[in-house]
Amino acid sequence: MKTITVYGPGCMKCQKTEEIVRQAVEAAGIQATVVKVSDAQKMIGAGIMSTPAVAVDGVVKATGRVPQPDEMHRWILE
Amino acid sequence: MEPMTTQATMPEVDSERKSCCAGGQGADRLALGGRALKSGSGRYLAAVAGGLVGWWLLYRELAPLATWMTHTLLPLTPGTHLAPTIEFFVFEVPKVLMLLLLVVFGVGIIRSFFTPERTRRILAGQRESVGTVLAGLLGIVTPFCSCSAVPLFLGFVTAGIPLGVSLTFLISAPMVNEVALVLLYGMLGWKVAAIYMTTGLAIAMVSGWTIGRLRMEKHVEEWVYQAQTGESGPEKRLDWGERVRYGLDAVREIVGKVWLYVVLGIAVGAGIHGYIPENFLAGIMGRSAWWSVPLLVLIGVPMYSNAAGMIPVVEALLAKGAALGTVLAFMMAVISISTPEAIILRKVLKPRLIAVFMGVVTVGILIVGYLFNLLPLQEIVTKGHVLP
Repeated sequence: MKTITVYGPGCMKCQKTEEIVRQAVEAAGIQATVVKVSDAQKMIGAGIMSTPAVAVDGVVKATGRVPQPDEMHRWILE
Repeated sequence: MEPMTTQATMPEVDSERKSCCAGGQGADRLALGGRALKSGSGRYLAAVAGGLVGWWLLYRELAPLATWMTHTLLPLTPGTHLAPTIEFFVFEVPKVLMLLLLVVFGVGIIRSFFTPERTRRILAGQRESVGTVLAGLLGIVTPFCSCSAVPLFLGFVTAGIPLGVSLTFLISAPMVNEVALVLLYGMLGWKVAAIYMTTGLAIAMVSGWTIGRLRMEKHVEEWVYQAQTGESGPEKRLDWGERVRYGLDAVREIVGKVWLYVVLGIAVGAGIHGYIPENFLAGIMGRSAWWSVPLLVLIGVPMYSNAAGMIPVVEALLAKGAALGTVLAFMMAVISISTPEAIILRKVLKPRLIAVFMGVVTVGILIVGYLFNLLPLQEIVTKGHVLP
């Protein structure tokens, strides 16, 4: 089962990112855990310096921006 | 990764403030797939070129268009208060929005070249003197989001970047905002924009250097120094189609959020322009009122606004005789430090360091305010005006 991690302290963009992630998971119809990380220590541990950021199964896909739904869809299915 | 409950550990920050996490940045991690993009790079660039030409043609017509609309389309007598107000508004709104569109797009492209990760790499290992200067300059072009302040600061510290250098960046990034610079240029002329940029950078560098000299590393929260940093992987080079897409993303995000502030700011500016007598403010804010600088800076510090909304008010105030130094100081105080930022920084800095940080920057802004009130710069400003 895939784990998708959304990094962000809770500002609007980070919430939007989480929404996009959840919608993409639903649309793809696969099983996935969506994890929200707002702890800065964990972020820097993953090498992330700008939020919002998204990682799929530990691989960072995007930092510092809200991903497009079609990108998210692609990353989930990779 | 162990699951964590969703918690906002930081307060909801008004993301309009500093192009927060604007779209089109964070270029490194991008997997744009780009089946259509890579092949369409040429098409994108052609479309951009076409857009620029169209932009220029429209921009040239804005002033005559505004005059025509006010005096021909609507029956307004030139001598009244309402006429200049309406004309100012009808001219400035499309003008500022068009400038914004252009600039945000251009800066989005520039930012696709600079990322926080790259800035971190550039700054790591530099001598403090060189690092301070670089940090100030990089603050202008690196995308900075107030909600990323903490991870970014962490990233800098864990790379061994000195405290003072990191703080220089944290001052310069929000203050020397490219949106502010280009709008200042468009509305008040290049001299005012240049002054703003130079003094903003100076404040950032001197403040950071000063705090570095104060050896306040003990006042950074301990956990920051203990943080382990990971590598987020190799960088990805982007082709021009992707860069253009970032620019467009940035436009949609930033202008989409900021336009209402701009319109409101211009409405206020228009009201000042039309209704407040020519030298009414000169008494309060003119060069002779020594207390205007600290008063406005102290009002501005806890406040924040995005740069775009501030500019029209700034222009109207200047047009009505307020002193340049006072107005610049007010703008800097509003845009740079603020209560929400202090709250966010509390996560990584102890109260005393936050106080010193804010205090040093405030003093810097005050000095800038007084300095430019002393110099005979009023002539520089009026040249930028287009409306009579």
